[in-house]
Amino acid sequence: MGERTVEFEVLRYNPEKDAAPHFQRYSVKCREEWVVLDALNHIKESVDPTLSYRWSCHMAVCGSCGMMVNGEPKLACKSFLRDYPGLIRVEPLRHFPVERDLVTVIDDFVAKLARVKPFLIPQPGAAQAGTGEYAQTPAQLKRYKQFTLCINCMLCYAACPEYGLIPEYIGPAVIALGHRWNEDSRDGGRAQRQEELAATNGVWDCSFVGACSEVCPEHVDPAAAIQQVKIKSTIDWYTEHLMPWLNK
Amino acid sequence: MARSNKPIVWGPFAAGGTLTAFLSPALILLTLLAALGHAPDLFAYDRLHALAGHWLARLALAGVVFLSLWSAAHRLRITCYDLGVRADTLVASVVYVVALAGTGGAVLYLARI
Ligand code: SF4
Repeated sequence: MGERTVEFEVLRYNPEKDAAPHFQRYSVKCREEWVVLDALNHIKESVDPTLSYRWSCHMAVCGSCGMMVNGEPKLACKSFLRDYPGLIRVEPLRHFPVERDLVTVIDDFVAKLARVKPFLIPQPGAAQAGTGEYAQTPAQLKRYKQFTLCINCMLCYAACPEYGLIPEYIGPAVIALGHRWNEDSRDGGRAQRQEELAATNGVWDCSFVGACSEVCPEHVDPAAAIQQVKIKSTIDWYTEHLMPWLNK
Repeated sequence: MARSNKPIVWGPFAAGGTLTAFLSPALILLTLLAALGHAPDLFAYDRLHALAGHWLARLALAGVVFLSLWSAAHRLRITCYDLGVRADTLVASVVYVVALAGTGGAVLYLARI
């Protein structure tokens, strides 16, 4: 495997010292098979130990190393240098406040995620008598399995123009994860989650741009979840307001 | 947070979008064929005219016109918002009124068949 010198332009910001974020250039010898995260690790170890960024697994599972690579939201561990022939510009994830260098403040996402209760709220009677087990058919599993694959990397938030325009928008991954539990046959918490998902700042801030699904490294397709929630919420609304006799 | 009333306008938008996706290409093709004088017998003018005479066909046609126009209007409203036009209430009122006026016009024409 060969080596080549790669030019990086990395956003630096230390709130204690810098008045504003600025770019710093690094010119480093990289191995051809490296990903952007390898290069950042190399810079931190042998060029500039002050560089800050998040990472953990190096295998697209933990969702920590989301950053803008040449203007696109990417996992640094999945962005191969061979796909970037020229200068590589690395910035923190768009739409999030910068804490330091490539590290963003993610409190907004975490708070929104908690609001949709992304955990099992057992449906009374769904457990099998005696064993207490929850039986589920492969078909029932298939309804939500894709939405379980989310790694909370927030690339979809950096890609979503609506989230940039409307900070209150609950956003793609949170909707996909709420929908994941709503679609689970063992779960009975949909009415609680709908208070958030069917609100104006829930699915209705989405104008179906579709960028979330394009950048998602796990192929969760959050845009599909959002459209499904829109359809279901619309059916809810019409049955509730126009066919009140159907309401239990 | 309260559940939104957005489904009132989104329901017909989604229905119209689906309808347009499936129906519009066929309608464009048939209209072009008819304009060139090559409409298949089944879609000859006289037959279509007779079909539109039935009240059920009229209702369906009015429905198709309404949903298509509404869908286009709603899409335009969202596009305006995405392009930075933040006077959403004004935009919404204008585009929806145009869609309703178009539907009203179609209903009047259908009634006169
Ligand atoms: S939906 Fe995809 S892009 Fe969004 S946080 Fe989950 S894994 Fe990341």
